[in-house]
Amino acid sequence: MSVAVTASRRWKKPPLIKSAWMRWTLAIGAAVYLALVFQTTPVNWARAWEGLPRGAAFVSAFFPPDFISRWDEIAEGIAESLWMTVVSTVVGIALSVSVGTGAAKNIAPAPVYYFCRAVLAVSRSFQEIILAIFFVKLFGFGPFAGFVTLSFATIGFYGKLFAEDIEDMDPAQAEAVRASGASWLQWINYGVQPQVMPRMIGLGLYRFDINFRESAVIGIVGGGGIGATLNTAFDRYEFSSAAAIIIVIIVIVMLCEYGSGYLRRWVQ
Amino acid sequence: MLRIKGLTKRYRTGDLALKGIDIDVPDGQVMALIGPSGAGKSTVIRCVDRLVEPTSGSIELNDVDIVKLGAGELRRARRRMGMIFQEYALVERLSVMENVLTGRLGYVGFWQSWLRRFPQSDIDEAFRLLERVGLDHMADKRADELSGGQRQRVGICRALIQNPELLLVDEPTASLDPKTSRQIMRLIKELCTERKLSAIINIHDVMLAQTFAERIVGLRLGEIVYDGPPDGLTPAVLTSIYGEEDWSATIRKVDEQAGGPEEDNVLPFEPPRPDRNRLAGLT
Repeated sequence: MSVAVTASRRWKKPPLIKSAWMRWTLAIGAAVYLALVFQTTPVNWARAWEGLPRGAAFVSAFFPPDFISRWDEIAEGIAESLWMTVVSTVVGIALSVSVGTGAAKNIAPAPVYYFCRAVLAVSRSFQEIILAIFFVKLFGFGPFAGFVTLSFATIGFYGKLFAEDIEDMDPAQAEAVRASGASWLQWINYGVQPQVMPRMIGLGLYRFDINFRESAVIGIVGGGGIGATLNTAFDRYEFSSAAAIIIVIIVIVMLCEYGSGYLRRWVQ
Repeated sequence: MLRIKGLTKRYRTGDLALKGIDIDVPDGQVMALIGPSGAGKSTVIRCVDRLVEPTSGSIELNDVDIVKLGAGELRRARRRMGMIFQEYALVERLSVMENVLTGRLGYVGFWQSWLRRFPQSDIDEAFRLLERVGLDHMADKRADELSGGQRQRVGICRALIQNPELLLVDEPTASLDPKTSRQIMRLIKELCTERKLSAIINIHDVMLAQTFAERIVGLRLGEIVYDGPPDGLTPAVLTSIYGEEDWSATIRKVDEQAGGPEEDNVLPFEPPRPDRNRLAGLT
């Protein structure tokens, strides 16, 4: 008769990287690389120190913000930016619905899918500033170039997320609609659209406030709007007017943010 | 009359899901398709509706071979086949009414359906069906606000408003409790009798299949291993369908069924008259 002595078995969480050799090489390698990077980063502490009072002078030039002397130009810039934002968001979303539908692998045939994905990739690979520089060269200074830039950038952003949302939908619901003998358009309208709609509205509002912020930036490279006004203020060394413009931008962005957040909660 | 001949399906992965199935379903017959998971039950009814393309074989619904139809004709053929799905497959963000009217999409044009301007006759029929299953007061609720049993009844309305000749039912009770399962199966059975519909019902629950179907087809690994009356399901037959197991508690006792009044272990088959109260209990 044997008495079974159960030795208590030890357990440890298995490491992420199995081979101990590999684990240590990667850890030491990363540490050495970081040390080297910090050592070779050129930081001139003396210059940074000297710059501090200059920075302080620059910041103090913003105060007090002057809303009055350039108010007409500020109002015009804001109006132009808002126009650009509204029109480019609407046009951009209208275009991205078709591109995005084509870029959803589960509903588009292969050639359409690859074409639409290519359009999205092109749109997404250029930052708004680069697009704006390009379109300003193409169409000349002014808000039209800004509008084209933002519309095009919206396609990349919205179309991609739209396509991904369609790809994530519940296929059973869509299949049930197809099984009833619905045509393709009816299938999209009844089986797909209800599934993606709330997120699409939310993303549309989100893109609206992105477009407003971007409209301030692309003005600096000639795309019109409040950005152009801001740039002019800097060029004229009118820092107090610039401060006023920045405050107006911040207030509008915050309003958009809260507004869209509120609307999105309401849509869900 | 549905006539399936030599139906074979090989998936792109190379799995042979169906190995030349022959089934004839006469008008008005309610047939249960049983078998273990992966036997090909879903594939059979999906092939009939061509949600899955058959590899070979023919499927004739009233002498029209569905396998050979082009896109437009297929749409028209699909109108004649109502499908009821596992997990209901209602469009969750549409209202109950919109889900039911989905069954009419094959009959109306795009703009009409887009504007939700269905013919009055369709709306009348939708209300009649919802009333029949005790849900007419829920017409404007969103489908995701309903309980499982209620959703499946909306699914049944959606299939019936197509005015089908054949019902294809895929695991209608898969996520329902035992009582609701029986009520749903009874409802399907009653509606088939009322409208003289034939039906293919995929179902895991052997007891339910025996209670509510007139004919049972057993499928194993893509082949038919049993085709006969519900009472023919002996332990030996079940073993040939599902494999070795103790079947004594699963099968309805044949002798008790034969002898006179219904026994306690036989589900009481109430007269086919649904009253609202009974169905309203399904919440």
